[in-house]
Amino acid sequence: MSILVGKDTKVVVQGITGSAGSFHAKQCLDYGTQIVAGVTPGKGGQLFEGKIPIFDTVEQAVKATGCNTSVIFVPPPFAADSILEAVDAELRLAITITEGIPVNDMIKVKRVLQNSKTRLIGPNCPGVITPGAKCKIGIMPGHIHRPGRIGVVSKSGTLTYEAVFQITNLGLGQSTAVGIGGDPVHGTNFIDVLDLFNNDPETDAVIMIGEIGGSAEEEAAAWVKEHMKKPMAGFIAGVSAPPGKRMGHAGAIISGGKGTAEEKIKAMTAAGIVMAASPAELGTTLVEAAKRANLKLS
Amino acid sequence: MKIHEYQGKQIFKKFGVPVPRGIVCKTPAEAEKAAAELGTKVTVVKAQVHAGGRGKAGGVKIAKSPAEAKEHASKILGMMLKSPQTGPNGQEVKTLYVEEGLDIEKEYYLGLTLDRATARVTFMASTEGGVEIEEVAHTDPEKILRAAVDPAVGFQPYQGRKMAFGLGLKGDEIGKFVKFCSQLYQVYMETDAALVEINPLVKLKNGEIVALDSKMTFDDNALFRQKAVVEMRDIAEEDPLEAQAKEHDLAYIALEGNIGCMVNGAGLAMATMDTIKLVGGQPANFLDVGGGASREKVTAAFKLILADPAVKAVLVNIFGGIMKCDVIAEGVVAAAKEVKLSVPLIVRLEGTNVELGKEILKKSGLAITPADNLRQAAEKAVASIKA
Repeated sequence: MSILVGKDTKVVVQGITGSAGSFHAKQCLDYGTQIVAGVTPGKGGQLFEGKIPIFDTVEQAVKATGCNTSVIFVPPPFAADSILEAVDAELRLAITITEGIPVNDMIKVKRVLQNSKTRLIGPNCPGVITPGAKCKIGIMPGHIHRPGRIGVVSKSGTLTYEAVFQITNLGLGQSTAVGIGGDPVHGTNFIDVLDLFNNDPETDAVIMIGEIGGSAEEEAAAWVKEHMKKPMAGFIAGVSAPPGKRMGHAGAIISGGKGTAEEKIKAMTAAGIVMAASPAELGTTLVEAAKRANLKLS
Repeated sequence: MKIHEYQGKQIFKKFGVPVPRGIVCKTPAEAEKAAAELGTKVTVVKAQVHAGGRGKAGGVKIAKSPAEAKEHASKILGMMLKSPQTGPNGQEVKTLYVEEGLDIEKEYYLGLTLDRATARVTFMASTEGGVEIEEVAHTDPEKILRAAVDPAVGFQPYQGRKMAFGLGLKGDEIGKFVKFCSQLYQVYMETDAALVEINPLVKLKNGEIVALDSKMTFDDNALFRQKAVVEMRDIAEEDPLEAQAKEHDLAYIALEGNIGCMVNGAGLAMATMDTIKLVGGQPANFLDVGGGASREKVTAAFKLILADPAVKAVLVNIFGGIMKCDVIAEGVVAAAKEVKLSVPLIVRLEGTNVELGKEILKKSGLAITPADNLRQAAEKAVASIKA
């Protein structure tokens, strides 16, 4: 078992013929992901890599292939529309990699998601990977992962890779690694993923990586204090960031003294999460967290 | 993206949001003429810079005659306006906005922005207008009235009425305020704003509700569909290096330290700055070269970093994922040679083909200090400056 994606995950790639879509679809296929369909309006009937059928609409893809999960590489002006199409087709999961979707578009998407059967991951995220099921849906480098029992959830792409790589180098592995993205309006949040890890018998401990901006980390910390049964290590990027400046991610901004790294670190520490001072120490901090909980990592 | 007050008011006017009459001026003579043309007993001469706190900084003056408007204008134009929202050197005033004076009865605060917790555009209103609203938000949060707009139905009159009664408005003022809010919501949505702030919003003695100020910022991700907004961009107000970075699709922010940073990924870039500080150094910048870190981007990034004369060392921290470390190493070496790098270069590579990458750096003939992890890289960068 794992969370979000596993052996029964059948993927449709929205935007499969674009440059990012085709490159990463190929990488996912090579990793072993069950990609069963692609969607590019107007290119229905063609084949991707000589074997994956391309459809004009997500609905057609679902009918023909039984796909249940979408990964979206559609360019920003059209991405919100593509997410809504996945929601309309009642896919279980829509993982949106696209960076730079207008906030107002996402506000509308978020509203529609409230009454839907679809869970959105992202946008502006690296995606989701479960190494044990050979299921990689996103842009993360597959080979740094290893099947194991550590859950990873992060706002930041490259910091997720740092965490994953250190876990792997310690001889451990990941149950599932989830990038939730750092955009101000996004689908799945920290608490959603932590809850899944908490109930996943194949996850023993969790690394959570946040960054400045918003209050998602503080809310997650409050939840952890109340509900989390498994040891956790954490890191917050942006201790040195000046207020009012947007640091790459739309979300990474401190405004009005809110969303500072200090506040987040304080809240997470108070919730029993062992915090790493630098991302170089994510792996060792996790080991320390497990030790304090008398848990032997394997 | 930010715009000037007068530009924000032009947008307001287009959407029917009441604003004072005003004229944009570039010289004291123009200011004098504008004041005469407006014809009110008093006029207000306002510095136009992309920063708040102008009043306290001496950038807003009341003139009782066109001659006085000219006098104020000559003092404000060309001044380096320093407020908590400008850099330490201040921002040069190049444009003025001369406005009619109004008979003000009471000041309020009205703001409109995204509330991330609810994912809804949310109005904030307060009777504590004019003063530092963030201070109020901190000390008396209950004094701020809120109304979150459901995107499915848009702004509703009852939401405006609730705020209006909360602010103590009466009679005709209620309807005027509701209309004002409804039009402001349109401004926000149709221009893809990220923030619309009116501080102060005023009620005149005749009961009219007017936006005495305007502060607007826009969602950069939506500029592709906001041509009219993009035309309002004033590059002179932006940090020249940050503007140059935008051209190369690099995310760059100048800071005040001396260790230049080049990193792939925003989170890792922030974490790199943090680690430099943790080991006693000061980062000179935030720079995200993106997931690809191609040779072209790395070259452009080096040029940006080295354009800052304060930079005494450069730390490159790249996690090679999809892009392999050997390819990145080749890019770094070629770029360093092209820009004739003369400060210590500390490189930390990690990920696919890392050994190959390190080999390339070693054989390059350049004085590159390799590092095995981020903390070590930061320590070496700090040491290289002290040496």
